[in-house]
Amino acid sequence: MQYVAAKTADEAVALLAGHSGMARVLAGGTDLLVQLKSGMVEPDLVVDIKRIPGMKDITPEAGGFRIGAAVSGAELGEHAGVCALWPGVVEGFNLIGSTQVQGRATMAGNLCNASPAGDAVPSLVAADAIARIHGPNGSRDCPIGDIPAGPGRTTLAKGEIVTSIFLPARPARASDAYLRFIPRTEMDIAVASAGVSLVLAADGAVASARVALGAVAPTVLLAEEAARVIVGTKLDDDTLARMAAACSAICKPITDKRGTIEFRTKTAGVMAKRAARIAYDRAGAKT
Amino acid sequence: MALDSYQKRTFKQVGTRPNRPDGVDKVTGRAMYGADATAPGMLHAKVLRSPHAHARIVSIDTAAAEALPGVKAVVTAADFGVPEDAFLRDVQDHCMAREKALYDGHAVAAVAATTLAAAKAALKLIKVQYEVLPHVTDADEAMKPGAPVVQAGRAYENVPAGMSENVTHHCEFGHGDLDAGFAKADHIIERHFKTAATHQGYIEPNACLASVTSDGKAELWVCTQGQFFYRTLCAAILGMEASQLRVTASEIGGGFGGKTMVYMEPVALALSRKAGRPVKLVLTRDEVFRATGPTVSSSMDVKIGMTKDGRITAGQAVLRYSGGAFPNTTVDMGAQAAFAAYDLDAVRTFGWNVMTNRPKESAYRAPGAPLSIYGVESVVDELCQHFGLDPLKVRLLNAATEGTKSSYGPTFPAIGLKATLEAALAHPHYSAPLGTNQGRGVSCGFWFNFGGNTCVSLSVNTDGTVGVTEGNPDIGGSRASISLMAAEELGIPYEKIRTIVADTSSLGYNDVTDGSRVTFAVGLATIKAARDAIRKMCSRAAKIWGIDEEAVEWVDGAAVPAGPNAGKFPPMTLAEIAAVSAETGGPISGHYEVNADGAGVSFGVHLCDIEVDPETGASKVLRYTVFQDAGKAVHPSYVEGQMQGGAVQGIGWALNEEYIYGADGKLQNPGFLDYRIPVSSDLPMIDTVILEIPNPGHPYGVRGVGETGIVPPLAATANAVSRAVGVRMTELPMSPPKLLKALEAKG
Amino acid sequence: MKTIHVSTTINGDPAEFICTPDETLLDVLRNRLGLTGAKEGCGTGDCGACSVTVNGRLVCSCLVLGAEAQDAEISTIEGMADADTLHPLQRAFIEHAALQCGICTPGILVAAKALLEKNPDPSDEELRYWLAGNLCRCTGYDKIIRAVQAAAAEMRGA
Repeated sequence: MQYVAAKTADEAVALLAGHSGMARVLAGGTDLLVQLKSGMVEPDLVVDIKRIPGMKDITPEAGGFRIGAAVSGAELGEHAGVCALWPGVVEGFNLIGSTQVQGRATMAGNLCNASPAGDAVPSLVAADAIARIHGPNGSRDCPIGDIPAGPGRTTLAKGEIVTSIFLPARPARASDAYLRFIPRTEMDIAVASAGVSLVLAADGAVASARVALGAVAPTVLLAEEAARVIVGTKLDDDTLARMAAACSAICKPITDKRGTIEFRTKTAGVMAKRAARIAYDRAGAKT
Repeated sequence: MALDSYQKRTFKQVGTRPNRPDGVDKVTGRAMYGADATAPGMLHAKVLRSPHAHARIVSIDTAAAEALPGVKAVVTAADFGVPEDAFLRDVQDHCMAREKALYDGHAVAAVAATTLAAAKAALKLIKVQYEVLPHVTDADEAMKPGAPVVQAGRAYENVPAGMSENVTHHCEFGHGDLDAGFAKADHIIERHFKTAATHQGYIEPNACLASVTSDGKAELWVCTQGQFFYRTLCAAILGMEASQLRVTASEIGGGFGGKTMVYMEPVALALSRKAGRPVKLVLTRDEVFRATGPTVSSSMDVKIGMTKDGRITAGQAVLRYSGGAFPNTTVDMGAQAAFAAYDLDAVRTFGWNVMTNRPKESAYRAPGAPLSIYGVESVVDELCQHFGLDPLKVRLLNAATEGTKSSYGPTFPAIGLKATLEAALAHPHYSAPLGTNQGRGVSCGFWFNFGGNTCVSLSVNTDGTVGVTEGNPDIGGSRASISLMAAEELGIPYEKIRTIVADTSSLGYNDVTDGSRVTFAVGLATIKAARDAIRKMCSRAAKIWGIDEEAVEWVDGAAVPAGPNAGKFPPMTLAEIAAVSAETGGPISGHYEVNADGAGVSFGVHLCDIEVDPETGASKVLRYTVFQDAGKAVHPSYVEGQMQGGAVQGIGWALNEEYIYGADGKLQNPGFLDYRIPVSSDLPMIDTVILEIPNPGHPYGVRGVGETGIVPPLAATANAVSRAVGVRMTELPMSPPKLLKALEAKG
Repeated sequence: MKTIHVSTTINGDPAEFICTPDETLLDVLRNRLGLTGAKEGCGTGDCGACSVTVNGRLVCSCLVLGAEAQDAEISTIEGMADADTLHPLQRAFIEHAALQCGICTPGILVAAKALLEKNPDPSDEELRYWLAGNLCRCTGYDKIIRAVQAAAAEMRGA
């Protein structure tokens, strides 16, 4: 195995694109090093992208924020601007692993690890966030939801790396939230999860919403019917029950050591309705 | 009265909370654990493990591995003999599979190389041809006729003919007329319970450094609960004389019973012998889960009859335990402990051990007892609910006490159960209000406590300080407790004592640190060794004073004439006697050797408040209080620590911990990510109430405290959950998917 | 595997080492630099026994490559005491019996110190969540929480 700390994105792309064996990108390393330890992957080349200028920057852009691919959970959690604008994105990301893992883990890494249960991804999908990808043919932008292709697989082409994630601007009364179910209070992989982003109308009803579910299908599900159910409402109990049912209706989970099909299907709905309530209260608290 | 029996006294130091002597080393990173040692020319070892749950080993080809540069030795079962003794053979076979791989993760070969990378690479070059066999990992399935046979011909004589060959052991305990007892009951409840295998979950993976030289001498540095027992096993397996193998116990990063058994130490010694160099072997966490520990799983039927005023008329339990691929008798302890808390006219327990394709069970804190008592305490709780009776008062009504013929035979001497129950009843926790979806669970717990082979050497230094040499690894502050007892007996300050844990060449044999025996038995031996030294110091003073040694007694750390007739001499302190010891007969030391009896059983009562989220089945422990009889708490902080730690291990067992097997017989969760031990954010503070009902069998009244604490939480937690949701939970762990399913079934 | 030369700072002192590209920082600390205070309980970031700080961030050293330590500032348990004066957290752990076997203790001390530098007055809940990645199997965490709070109070008063 060869380790290279790339100095530019172009150098990283050239190394990855030009390599004939197995190559891996190292950002926070909290998935990659676990895979190395277990022997699950044995790459010939590891390209560290943390020393590329800009990769650790959080930059205001068009009313939103551009978050470098190597920004850790701890760093994002300390950024008041992002926490105010996209609290659900930050809380999803910050739920990954321990404090120690937060010192290293990155959103881009969580996205590209492509686990169906990645905690950063549902909120990013709900936020309609955009990944900027650098590759042999230059840069392109791609909606977050289009990047995971299945467990452990992405749609990125050979040599392509995510360099940043863009979180867009929001109307005044808008917010988001993320909840996951785990058996303990910390340190587990999500058994079912939901990210909800919504915008309120002047009358306090939900004007628009995006709901994304994690760990209940090979990739994160955008729950469009569940979003439709809550639009125009103030999230009364009946609406939330219908929203939960709409979420459960689209789940296609598996039974494994972490949960059963029935359990995941039910709790995905429960997480979604509770997250919706939190997002609604957060948005309503804004003026 | 026997010399070592309890005598009431006023303690000056025992019962205080001084800093532990190994504290600074452990907070600065200096303490040396199993994986922290190195040796000149040291090789690194890795073990090749079976990917199959059950397979015949047709052949093993190690030639390519041996040829890899850097590889210095490869061993397989062929490098070991076949011990005649069945127990020893099982121990060895567990360390290195012979003929068959009996579980996923069973060792089949091992390599020592100059680097870990080379050792890992070599493992890939070992070609093992397996004939995969049908497997069984569930105890009930393994008992069925026609189940895959894990090992043939291993049943003990006490197993009736005609059962599955996997059934290896049967036991029965109890007394009285069950039919008559059940006939007197106003209500009888019978329930089936099932619990998954769990792991001790010590944070330090097993590790050792072995060095065998060409003249047959050997050193083994290892994290162990018992260096002497490891020596016995390793010497027997390797065909060495005990005196030639010196085993040194490193600091130990948790054991809970799991480090009372060798897993890879004989392999490291064999590699070192073959390579002619020191070999370090450290297990990965994955290997720890797949091939060390765990405890037994259980399938149990418990039936109890009760009158409407809460008197238990009869109790019966059938216990089916499985401790993996080898015979064991852990179910004996479960069967004996099941009803120990109760004074019963009619009680019977039946135990069965059944083999499955899982790793060989090791002791885990009160082995066998948490399961059977979980079943019994659950049914008692349900009967209390049935009659609308207070669960603590019902337990008090039926509680065993001094003079009770116990459910397993012996008649109890003074025991602390009733006092413990009364303390719980009077505690504010018991009367605190509960909210919606919340429940309060109660459970009693019991453990026998052991004594065993122990010896201690105590040396009086010429500067007036004292060294205590004992043979049991300090797993949770025992050096502090031992030093306190020596200080108390000698009448000198705690700080003047230094207690060390000896290697196997420096002291006589000591049983392993198990059975909650150390503070009791090593404490007892320390007190007696101190008395031995005191006798010698009195003799020296007598010599100096020119009076009979019978005329000298020891008071507050000094020799004094025993009464006015003995003569008039100023007290001579330990330091003064020690300073002139060269002139009075040479060095002064005290010794004591004993196979200690009279450990004194221990009871505990736990209160647990839980809130259940009815939409997800998640349980949150809100409040938890442990009441336990310690006899005499020598260092109360570490007694509390045992009670708290045991309670939390039990909570983990009840809520989330389990060995999960796939249809392929492979362990699905060999890591801390999915083997879910409690994390700090899962828990409230664990309140403790120490009761002190002196153990008649110890000079200071000490009872072991290490194990009892893990016994009640399974039922206390299950009873709390069951009361919170109105559904009786009869399977552990009560993980959220199971609990939600039960809630939905209830409707 | 070709080794890499790395220059770094450990506990305030310059340090140099060579390592293979796949060696973790934990391996380097323990096997190449003799700093065995950080423990490997899992090697997968699940137990926290190998906690150190890198450039002030709390991390699991088993999830960092040794090669990544180039030009970094690393702090380990071995650097926590000031010569023979224990850090208030270290003293509190001894005085409150917050360790039994002690294997998790170095990691917990490093993690708790990182918290108190960020938040000198954490609630019990904040503390419990901060330390959730540091497994302890002996204590049930009760005395650990009390010890950290006692040290925090002392440090605030000082």
